[in-house]
Amino acid sequence: MSSLGFECLNVRYGTQEALYAFTDQVKPGEWLCLIGPNGAGKSSALRAVAGIVPHRGNITVDGAPLFERSPRRRAALVAYVPQSPLMPDDMTGGEYVLLGRNPYIGYFGSETKHDRALVADVLDRLDLRAFADRRLGTLSGGERQRLVIARAVAQEAPILLLDEPTSALDIGHQQQALELVDRLRREHGLTVVSAMHDLTLAGLYADRLALLHQGHVVASGDAAHVLRPETLSEFYGVSVSVHHEPDGTVVVVPRRSSV
Amino acid sequence: MSTHRLSRKWWLPASLVVLVAAVALGAMIGPAGGISSANWRIVWNIRLPRVALAGVVGAMLSLAGASYQGVFRNPLVDPYLLGAAAGAGLGASLVFVYARSGTSGWPVDPLPLAAFLGALAAVFVTYTVGASFGGSSLSLVLAGVAVAALATAVQQFLLLRHSDVIKEVYSWISGRVNTATWSDVRLVLPYVVISGAVLLVHRRHLDVLRVGDEEASTLGSEVRRIRLVVVIAATLGTAAVVSVSGLIGFVGIMVPHLVRLVAGSSYRLVLPLSIVVGAAFLILADIPGRVLQHGGETPIGVVTALVGAPMFIFVLRSRRAVA
Repeated sequence: MSSLGFECLNVRYGTQEALYAFTDQVKPGEWLCLIGPNGAGKSSALRAVAGIVPHRGNITVDGAPLFERSPRRRAALVAYVPQSPLMPDDMTGGEYVLLGRNPYIGYFGSETKHDRALVADVLDRLDLRAFADRRLGTLSGGERQRLVIARAVAQEAPILLLDEPTSALDIGHQQQALELVDRLRREHGLTVVSAMHDLTLAGLYADRLALLHQGHVVASGDAAHVLRPETLSEFYGVSVSVHHEPDGTVVVVPRRSSV
Repeated sequence: MSTHRLSRKWWLPASLVVLVAAVALGAMIGPAGGISSANWRIVWNIRLPRVALAGVVGAMLSLAGASYQGVFRNPLVDPYLLGAAAGAGLGASLVFVYARSGTSGWPVDPLPLAAFLGALAAVFVTYTVGASFGGSSLSLVLAGVAVAALATAVQQFLLLRHSDVIKEVYSWISGRVNTATWSDVRLVLPYVVISGAVLLVHRRHLDVLRVGDEEASTLGSEVRRIRLVVVIAATLGTAAVVSVSGLIGFVGIMVPHLVRLVAGSSYRLVLPLSIVVGAAFLILADIPGRVLQHGGETPIGVVTALVGAPMFIFVLRSRRAVA
């Protein structure tokens, strides 16, 4: 299990500041969900950790600066599931998941028996065996999303970043994908940071929410603390009612303005 | 798709058989008739070097094309993308215009050297310019377009002022292997072997790049370094074969495509198969040129397009019908 620290993280695109002084400490095995309106800086935080946008400030894993490590070492610590992954139509599911082993293969090397066995095991455990020889172009959105998660699992990184993992899925597949992440988190002790739009699902699965607005954290804590009607109204500009179920689930329901 | 998976391991042996057949045909057919009536010296000194050079050139252009397609994630790219062809053409034109008359006493033939250096220089300028715009594959491609346009413009300006060499220059540009000697083969072989070895080492990296630069980098790949090494290796090999054979077009796009159609698009298979199929294709493409025209020969670059294009369309269509 690994912790992930953000110290005064800044991300800017050209002159546009996307994330200001983001500071947080994600505990080992914790699931932090970043919420906030479009353009709030959720994805920027994840992309900075993944190393695909430049940043200022410090990102640490278990207290050690992440970006003092080589790209391969970083990929063995942090697995990233992008919002819209590029999945070549004619690549098979098995080949795709095998890409997760890339950080462990030397420049001149190729996959070992261990890598292939591990991928076969991941496919089995995620109930994806049937897709090993299927081409990605023939699979549905839900099946593809599970393969992307399987690739991240094959990466064996203790930290998993998920950028809008459910945005392209129907409600059944949303639940399926998040249940899968939750199960993996418990089985492998993964530390998860996700960005999500669905506030109810975010509150349901994450241990902690951080609400971002224009690059700043404006609220942080558990679902009951962050998902308040007045907070959401202020930063999303929406009118919602928030229900608290007996089991502690916080349900956010949009309200229609009076006709 | 299960049959496609099962038959995978047979593709390489099958294509090797085709290559051997192509070599045999290439040695047997020619203006002097079949192999029985031909003197063995004709076969050894004229036909075999020609077969060997066609094989080496076809293998190199196909491998370089497949590699370029991999690092630029674009199946329509060929080894001339970053200006190698235009640079080689300009280099060759400079020799035809300024140095052709008095080169017989030179220790080395300046024509292949100029084409080689022209190709390398053009790609070097492209890469430098593209890197200054961020080094993404798009900025490299755009820089390549600009450099190629510039080199072609200079070449055209030169040729318009020296129209007496236009025919020779265009004959060179059309590509040829008919004047091949064993020394041509020996000249290019070291470059081709080095380039081929480096590119084959990168076939797994090219598969990782198929998910895009960003995702490949989150998987631990150093995308820019891989792209630079592959481009250098592919360019070196391309420049070497272009310097002796001229600009043979179409092979670098068509052969990797044919390979993908039958064997899938994993670069682990596409790269080695492109070598074998590319060699066989160019050896075969060299044969009609010898017998089509009495007295002269049709340039091989013309044959590759004349024969290759319809065949390519036919294969694409029949494949669509099956899929």
